[in-house]
Amino acid sequence: MMRIACPYCGERDEAEFTYIGSADVVYPPLDAPAEAWCEALFFHENRRGRVNELWCHTHGCGSYLVIERDTATHEIFSVRLANAADHEAVRGADAGTGRSTAVEPAE
Amino acid sequence: MSGFRLREGGVVDRGRPLRWRFDGRARAGLAGDTVGSAMLAAGLGTVARSFKYHRPRGVMTAGEEEPAALVTLGREARRTPNAKAPAVELVEGLEVSGQNAWPSVRFDLGQVNDLLGRYFAAGFYYKTFFGISGRGTWEWMRFERVIRAAAGLGRAADPFDVAKAGPKGTEAYDVVHDHCDIAVVGGGAAGIAAAEAAAAAGNDVVLIEQDFLLGGRLIGRADLTVDGENGAVWLEARRAALAAAGVRVLTRTTAFGLYDGNVLGLLQRAADANTPGRSAKRPEGAFRILRPSRVILATGAQERLFACAGNDRPGVMLAGAMERYASRWAVAPGSRAVIATASDGAHDAAQVLARAGVEVVLADARADTGTAGDASRAAGVTVLSGHVPVAVNGSRRVKSVWLGRSDGAADGIALANTDRLIKADCLGLSGGWSPAIHLVCHRGVKPVWDARLGAFRAGDEGRLPAGLSLAGACDGRGMLQAAVGDGRAAGEAAARDLGTRKRARRRPDEDAATASPLHAVQKPGAKAKAFLDPMHDVTTSDIRLAAREGYTSVEHMKRYTTLGMATDQGKTGGVAGLGVLAATLGQTIAETGITTFRPPYTPVPLAALAGRARGAHWQPTRLTPMHDVLAAAGARFTDAGHWKRCWYMPRALGGDGDPRRTRQAREDVGAAYIREAATVRRACGLCDVSTLGKIDVAGPDAATFLNRVYVNGFAKLPVGKARYGVMLRDDGIVLDDGVAWRLAEDRFWVTCTTAQAGRVMHWLEYLADIRWPELRVTLTSSTDRWAGMAIAGPCARAALQRLIVDGDVSNEGLPFMGVRDVTAAVEGGVVPVRLGRVSFSGELAFELHTPAGWGAALWQAAVTAVEAEGGCIYGLEALGALRIEKGHVTGAELDGRMTLGDAGLGRMASTKKDFVGKALMAREGLVEDGRPSLVHVVPVEREARFGGGAVLCDPKAPGGVGGRDGHGIGWITGVTWSDAFDCWLGIGFAEGGPSAWAGREITVREPAAPGNGGGSGPDTGPAVRARIKSAHRLDPEGARMHA
Repeated sequence: MMRIACPYCGERDEAEFTYIGSADVVYPPLDAPAEAWCEALFFHENRRGRVNELWCHTHGCGSYLVIERDTATHEIFSVRLANAADHEAVRGADAGTGRSTAVEPAE
Repeated sequence: MSGFRLREGGVVDRGRPLRWRFDGRARAGLAGDTVGSAMLAAGLGTVARSFKYHRPRGVMTAGEEEPAALVTLGREARRTPNAKAPAVELVEGLEVSGQNAWPSVRFDLGQVNDLLGRYFAAGFYYKTFFGISGRGTWEWMRFERVIRAAAGLGRAADPFDVAKAGPKGTEAYDVVHDHCDIAVVGGGAAGIAAAEAAAAAGNDVVLIEQDFLLGGRLIGRADLTVDGENGAVWLEARRAALAAAGVRVLTRTTAFGLYDGNVLGLLQRAADANTPGRSAKRPEGAFRILRPSRVILATGAQERLFACAGNDRPGVMLAGAMERYASRWAVAPGSRAVIATASDGAHDAAQVLARAGVEVVLADARADTGTAGDASRAAGVTVLSGHVPVAVNGSRRVKSVWLGRSDGAADGIALANTDRLIKADCLGLSGGWSPAIHLVCHRGVKPVWDARLGAFRAGDEGRLPAGLSLAGACDGRGMLQAAVGDGRAAGEAAARDLGTRKRARRRPDEDAATASPLHAVQKPGAKAKAFLDPMHDVTTSDIRLAAREGYTSVEHMKRYTTLGMATDQGKTGGVAGLGVLAATLGQTIAETGITTFRPPYTPVPLAALAGRARGAHWQPTRLTPMHDVLAAAGARFTDAGHWKRCWYMPRALGGDGDPRRTRQAREDVGAAYIREAATVRRACGLCDVSTLGKIDVAGPDAATFLNRVYVNGFAKLPVGKARYGVMLRDDGIVLDDGVAWRLAEDRFWVTCTTAQAGRVMHWLEYLADIRWPELRVTLTSSTDRWAGMAIAGPCARAALQRLIVDGDVSNEGLPFMGVRDVTAAVEGGVVPVRLGRVSFSGELAFELHTPAGWGAALWQAAVTAVEAEGGCIYGLEALGALRIEKGHVTGAELDGRMTLGDAGLGRMASTKKDFVGKALMAREGLVEDGRPSLVHVVPVEREARFGGGAVLCDPKAPGGVGGRDGHGIGWITGVTWSDAFDCWLGIGFAEGGPSAWAGREITVREPAAPGNGGGSGPDTGPAVRARIKSAHRLDPEGARMHA
């Protein structure tokens, strides 16, 4: 069971989260041609090692998170809110409390 | 002579005898015994039969690693099969029975398999039954039942008994979520020292021990010295120190898996779990999920057996187990013992037995037995250096052991001829000791062969996962004092590094144990079976056969021979099997490698993982605000996801028709829904629709947002109107449909189907949060905040007018798809109603939503109003009938494979705007001719009928298989009796739609229906002749809805 540090809720069990997909996929605009959408939807790398993934804290605050994770060891390097504006807002709020929203990588 | 209780010693309470039964016969034991020790003390030899050959088996070990003595505990609904006798704590009245034997383990007719043994070698079944030319698997299917009955383990509780006992009479476990700073797994000397050191700074420490006593191999060893004290005194002092330091000690608790993030899966057993007649109200145990910050594994080491002819006979044990029985339980395994080894470790066992008065011959494969040999001789042991056991004589009991001269065991394989016969009633094997690295390997650490240790260790480079460390014998420390020192150091380091992600460093190896392993003794030319896996009856010849046939990879060999695949997972014999494979292939064991360790370490009952989530508690139950009112009125309910929905409302047959009179005969669902649906078409009906998913969409960009989500336009939807909309997935497939109500310029209320409500909510949140963060829109799920009901039918408006106290609901005042807020009179006052003129049934219909708390009151007022207009309550079944007639799609049709066009909604898609899924919905393949298309299926004969899921076949299709190579030309998604069309009516999909089948008859078949034999294609089972028609035949102009 991976332990995922949600920026809002703290460290929680993997079972509370839902995997959505790769966070590195750039979705084309709605008026993009079918080829661009096919590329974004169906042609994904299946990388071994460090990847960025989009997760949702489904059974928690419901936030969408970008998790930097090693697919081979399941080690988690960082967790941040996927919505950049929210992420900045939380970081700003945390600056006062000294709390970090990202897990520091292991030594 | 066989096992017996020693006159003194042991950690058993001689003042507290326990009575128990084995195969119905009363036996005696002492408090502190296990079933294994009580069996040995009672002199029982054969206590089990083996898996394949039905050979007699006795107790071989003193713990969870037991590969032979499998027994069944309890009876009837509380029967637990395949318990390992040495791991079961003896309790008063315990009922134990033998298994996999008939009539009994002492005399088992299945033993005939042993005589046929040479035909039952590895791969026997595949070769014999699957290879027969022309007959294929048919032969296997014919014999499978017989073979499966003959080979096997114990039987689980009979489902009949379990059903009779009910949930209160069967085992129940709790699920506990637990946290701590430092978890120490293993309560032996190293683990105790680690826990005490870890707790010194006030940390929350949990110490986990699978036994019912702390101390491990130190229990009962007053003769050993730790920290300058005698072992028993040290242990007592440490137990007190752990309690004083606040360490939480979990005994009877097995750590069966170590997972990502150092989460431990624990199985904790209640002390009296096996006591007959205990109340089933209290849990039998608990599945604990422990989330520590750091984990120290002090899981010790396990002794290995080695193969020699007849090494599975009752009386053959592990040498260390003999020592345990003598020291801890004061039980001698016999009066004349042979102990065989190639290492120092077993000398301790020989000395303990000799001191207990057992006559001991120790055969050491090494020519030089060193100081260990001297110590053994001093203790009165007859030491024969350069000797190995070649064969064991006796059938149900060891009678004598043939020893042979061996010039050492190069690579663990000793060649020897019979040399001298030693009369003995038990034989102790010690092939070496393996660190118990299972848990650390669950984290992906690779086992590495350590030649000096003669065993696999966890990784050689010391790169353990963060927050994890090893201590004591599980990291190869051989000596007691070294293990204690190692444990203490690990505990201190864990306390120091708490809260960091620092990785543990492996401590230097100076004090590591050394041993020369012994895997097998072979007599040239001998054919007798020499066992490596006593539980699965795998012998050395099976391994050699596998190697000869090309199964040379260790993973292939394992699967071909099933070595280590039994419930003991090869804890005692697995490594010896690898040694034999390595020798056969001319490799080193390091080159051969070892199979992967996976959880669970020991078997875990599914009941423990399920915990209390059984029966009604399996999933949450969602009730609508009207549930109690409906239930009191006699409604029948059906499950729709987590919801209980009103299925139908049966009328009493005869009498006054009042459904509340419970003793009267009632309508069944068939009669009720037909009446309810007909009443809606004729007068009006009232239906609970509270389960509809409801989402508040608000913000300046709410209209833009929905305009991108739905295929049809929403930007220009006026305030006060609702619109039916369909949303697609990115790939152009239909996700869901629903109705969006525009309550204000910047406020919409989206309803979606009951089944997809959660999915749609997540999808919209994802779009708003990630894809289009620039849109100013917020989403709020409000499903549970509202009670919803639909009034449908030609008299719906009249009923509504009885109910509401303000607002114009005439066709002009509230046109089709109009929405407005009104007030309704209920008993004792008025309630607000969000009213919309939307229809699912095809009739004039209104949806009324009121805050959930007023739902029951509004419902009761609505029932009165509807009944006054000659209407009735209708349930989900009638709702389904109405929508099938009308050709409206629901979850059964929108099954994740359908395009807009398939569902007959192609014209809804806007060409003037972009929306999700637009780019890919026109993909080649999604728009081709002959796509499945929504249709009505009407039987040719009025009374003929078919079921949901039936396959539509083209009787004229080439090959006679119904079209599409046996897949048919379509399928049925829903069936109802239709009063409107006066026939059974199916809705479903057919290739090409109605126009492709105009004037042609098809057949409807149900190959999977009961009685049709689950045939091999749709072209089986009875066929119903039918025609395919448009799904939009009921009031196609919508005059009824617009009335």
